[in-house]
Amino acid sequence: MSGFRTLLYKEILRFWKVMVQTVGAPVLTALLYLLIFSHVLEDHVQVYPGVSYTAFLMPGLIMMSVLQNTFANSSSSLIQSKITGNIVFVLLPPLSYLEFFLAYLFAALIRGFTVGLGVLLVGLFFADIEMRHPFWILAFALTSGAVFACMGIIAGIWATQYDNLAAVQNFIIMPLTFLSGVFYSIHSLPPFWQSVSHFNPVFYMIDGFRYGFFGHGDVNPWLGLGVVMPFVILLAGVTLKLLKSGYKLRH
Amino acid sequence: MSPAVRLRGLEKRFPRVHALRGIDLDIEQGEFFGLLGPNGAGKTTLISILAGLTRASAGSASIMGFDVTAQYREARRALGVVPQELVYDPFFTVRETLRLQSGYFGLRRNDDWIDELLTHLGLTDKADVYTRLLSGGMKRRVLVAQALVHKPPVIVLDEPTAGVDVELRQSLWNFIRRFNRDGHTIVLTTHYLEEAEMLCERVAMLRDGRIVALDSTANLLHAGAERRLLLDLDAPELPEFLRPRLKGREGDRYVLDLPDFGDLEGILAKLREAGVVIRDLALRQADLEEVFLNVMHDTGKGRAS
Repeated sequence: MSGFRTLLYKEILRFWKVMVQTVGAPVLTALLYLLIFSHVLEDHVQVYPGVSYTAFLMPGLIMMSVLQNTFANSSSSLIQSKITGNIVFVLLPPLSYLEFFLAYLFAALIRGFTVGLGVLLVGLFFADIEMRHPFWILAFALTSGAVFACMGIIAGIWATQYDNLAAVQNFIIMPLTFLSGVFYSIHSLPPFWQSVSHFNPVFYMIDGFRYGFFGHGDVNPWLGLGVVMPFVILLAGVTLKLLKSGYKLRH
Repeated sequence: MSPAVRLRGLEKRFPRVHALRGIDLDIEQGEFFGLLGPNGAGKTTLISILAGLTRASAGSASIMGFDVTAQYREARRALGVVPQELVYDPFFTVRETLRLQSGYFGLRRNDDWIDELLTHLGLTDKADVYTRLLSGGMKRRVLVAQALVHKPPVIVLDEPTAGVDVELRQSLWNFIRRFNRDGHTIVLTTHYLEEAEMLCERVAMLRDGRIVALDSTANLLHAGAERRLLLDLDAPELPEFLRPRLKGREGDRYVLDLPDFGDLEGILAKLREAGVVIRDLALRQADLEEVFLNVMHDTGKGRAS
């Protein structure tokens, strides 16, 4: 397992060495969302009784940061290695595809959690945030992060240039996360968009995560986990299959 | 003792190119082996299959008796590859790069060996410099060090001296020769045929995905041993007794066949007797380049007919 440990360490070192860009920037972005939306909406919107809008916004922003950064970490690491050619450094050693998968998965989760924690710490200055059910917080952060980490690995393997990746990021990841109830409760939406939201798996991730904070959500967290879990299994399975076949890595 | 490298019926078809068309080859342990051929002959594809970077369409490849797909862990542990492209990871220093590479091979606390590699490759004062800041030649040395962190019994170098200055080329070859003396098998591809001639005990020539010549370097040179005598004479025409040897002219010089250098003395004596003055004289011995060109030319003709 020493190969796995080294690859994980390398992947963590990779983002840590440029943490201004990989951790600092996304925390700042989340902070800006927090400042602007809470300034505009604080006095007008109360989603759940007894929960200020700023407090309501926090879990959504944290989860959005976790998802975007787990995806960004695995996908950008792979595409950079492929384009610069240094991917051979990890293809030549006797690493199994499972070690390869786990190293990229855990590194992405660690990056996502670091950013998420950063957003949480900054957010504490702006709102009282309670954490009623740490189990649900952790369960949704882990499973949802894993889904996006896998998507990142798949996208990184599939993409042949930065452009491909930017397309996935801007046309799939961003809309999925923005239209999932980060900034609002779907109960405030017209009935049609409410039912559309139910087909967006990210909605369940954010809702369940938020439930962990307030003990209050749009759907039951067990249902949420029941929706997210199959995605974890499916995407992990697809990723492992791709890695095993050597798709676009070993020609 | 299993051979260092064994290829059997190795084929590789890419969507548009049939890169390897059935390669059978054994490279014995301890050999210094050369793999030659023009661009597109399949050298890099062959090496990529050994390294597990490319998968064969048919046939098999093994390293130290380990199949490169079924026993990829053992096979890769036995192999060190210096890739042709000058690749590096911009995030890490030289020492970090070598420590990581050691870790991938399951080696922790490999610093003694890393220090030794750095010393021999003249990289000691660059150990804590980011690899992206190094010159091309230095980056090449880092790649060599990376390939050797796990002391692999089989070392493959794919065009390692392309674009490298003479001094580094010399020190690199001295270093690789030492490995070879210690029993490591070396497989080398190069465009510099004099390098192959100087270093390799045995050579395979590839063309269009096939091996078209495979022999010891000495035999290849001997078989293609077309020794020539070049004479520029102060005479209106070539003396009668030399006519059978005439192969052609290069400017003012007659190119004469001279299979045995021992004949030279007789020829000179006869010329003196005939009163012919020699303005210029040169001997030419076959080198690998000539053999290479002949082989490539002949097989090319063979294929066309």
